[in-house]
Amino acid sequence: MNQLTEATMVEQVVTNETGSQSIEVENLVIDFALDNALFNRQYMRALNGVSFSIKAGEAMALVGESGSGKSTCARTLCRLYKPTDGVLKLNGRDINASASKITQTELAKQIQMIFQDPFGSLNPVHTIRHQMYRPIRIHMPELKGDAIEDYMLGILERVGLSPAKQTAAKFPHELSGGQRQRVAIARALATGAKFILADEPISMLDVSIRLGILNLMADMKEEGIGFLYITHDIATARYFAERTGVMYVGHMVEWGNSDSVTQNPQHPYTQLLISAVPEVGRQRGSATVDGKKSRIPLWKPDSKGCPFAARCPKVTDQCHTEMPSVTQVAEDHFVRCFAL
Amino acid sequence: MLSHPVIKFLRRFYSGNTAAILGTLIVSTVIIMSAFASVIAENDPKKRVARGHQPPSAELLLGSTRSGKDVFSQVLHGGQVSLMVAFGAALITISIAICVGVSAGYFGGRVDEFLMSLTNIILVFPQLPLLIILAAFLGQVGPVVIALIIGLSSWAWGARVIRSQTLAVRNKEFILAAEVMGESKWRIILVEILPNLISIVVGMAMGTCIYALMAEAGLGFLGLGDPTIVTWGTMLFWAQSNSAFIVGAWWDMVVPGTAIAIFGGGLALLNMSVDQISNPKLKTGSYIKTWRRMKTEVEARRAQS
Repeated sequence: MNQLTEATMVEQVVTNETGSQSIEVENLVIDFALDNALFNRQYMRALNGVSFSIKAGEAMALVGESGSGKSTCARTLCRLYKPTDGVLKLNGRDINASASKITQTELAKQIQMIFQDPFGSLNPVHTIRHQMYRPIRIHMPELKGDAIEDYMLGILERVGLSPAKQTAAKFPHELSGGQRQRVAIARALATGAKFILADEPISMLDVSIRLGILNLMADMKEEGIGFLYITHDIATARYFAERTGVMYVGHMVEWGNSDSVTQNPQHPYTQLLISAVPEVGRQRGSATVDGKKSRIPLWKPDSKGCPFAARCPKVTDQCHTEMPSVTQVAEDHFVRCFAL
Repeated sequence: MLSHPVIKFLRRFYSGNTAAILGTLIVSTVIIMSAFASVIAENDPKKRVARGHQPPSAELLLGSTRSGKDVFSQVLHGGQVSLMVAFGAALITISIAICVGVSAGYFGGRVDEFLMSLTNIILVFPQLPLLIILAAFLGQVGPVVIALIIGLSSWAWGARVIRSQTLAVRNKEFILAAEVMGESKWRIILVEILPNLISIVVGMAMGTCIYALMAEAGLGFLGLGDPTIVTWGTMLFWAQSNSAFIVGAWWDMVVPGTAIAIFGGGLALLNMSVDQISNPKLKTGSYIKTWRRMKTEVEARRAQS
């Protein structure tokens, strides 16, 4: 195992991805204000030094518990939040630099988002046709008249909503959860987006239709669309995504090839996550890894040490004072932990 | 044509909803009668057509005033002005409330702070005394000015309600989706947010209409409006200053009062029905009827077997 410094790690990520289309996130830091005070305002650090990349035609999964900063990553990439520090690059261009000037429309044409709640992500007062027309009107100005309709029906067919014409005339409440999520995917596709940030796209769907949506996304991935797949469920992350990053309290604690991360987890938190996956036939309480019961820390800009120290079964004194550096454990598998 | 969504909606709205049907009938009758006042009542409301304080008769349906004018003609013509003031004031109120409320709710931050402190300032003014002082200060003002005064001073509650509704809609994921899509802010407000507020806006518009009608009548009754223009308010003012009740000419006072009560009641009935749309928990409608029917059917079947 060779210890890598922060800088070489970032460099390696960048050099990997030059050439083809990609999203790169380097050392992303986001602070949220906790109060509205004029002086001595308190901040929490929602993301701390997060780096990852998504290539076209590949999926990167972010796994972690609620509040670990997965959605914040996605929303920052859509410019819904402003990063405190760090660089976000789309095809090598800095998304937030004032010099390069990527307009919101330009960004929207490349990066789209799918939300968790299929009941909340479609406006209840508009028909599916209206919801689909808007992205086409904004991002495909060359299409006119009947061409818009044909293009829209084509996309609805492609996501498996046939007969498309009847579906287009319906209101969201007339569709099932799975169908709505397909409409949300169709809407993201309609802009011609190269990257889709899927924020827990299947967690609110019936178990029986989850696989259908996952397979649809896998088909789109094969057609060259890059995914950021955010999930609680490390099993679907392995099923769908080539690479997986495990997040805890705004830090990426372990990342790399999905098979390697899930089959050979090195970080105690990843081990805990995997042991929490329910399995048919396993007795309750016989989980292999036992974490200590402790509160999840509120990370502040001046917090020190490893964020998982309070719950870690392998904790040492060093963990409370120092952030562990990155260790490479396999060709594409990195861990931030002292206890390896 | 019968399957058009608007018609479908209207059928669902009216079916089994007695309050809505009654309200619509009352409101539309009053509006139509006022609109065709000069056709229905031949007498000029400002001309002397009989002796003073004649009781209702076949010739003068609702009697005459102290100065011998036709009360029936006056109440219809007065309705035109009163309704215009009520609708005009409601329109102004609703427009300002929507602009302020939606902007504050959607943009948030500084805009919200500024608009809400303005709203709170307007809110702490006592309304009727303010109206009285303004009207008295401006002299005996015409109906347009009264509509303006009412409209400009009563939007604050509405703005707060609309702001809170906007806040609720604003954080829904479809608004985020529209932002991620690259929609312009104004399109998001007008096309994505506003249609979600329609039912509350319509309900509020009717409430404001009732309030404006009452305020107009109140100002007129106190003699703060132009007494030469016939409205329901000035009719009450003249009846009061001519001691109509004391001399036994009850019709002079009761007729405009009843007109206000009937129209206000009609609007309130409609308002109640619209409330059931914006807040389905209030809805009983046809369900109780259906339930009763099913119950009798079941009991009949039991009795048979």
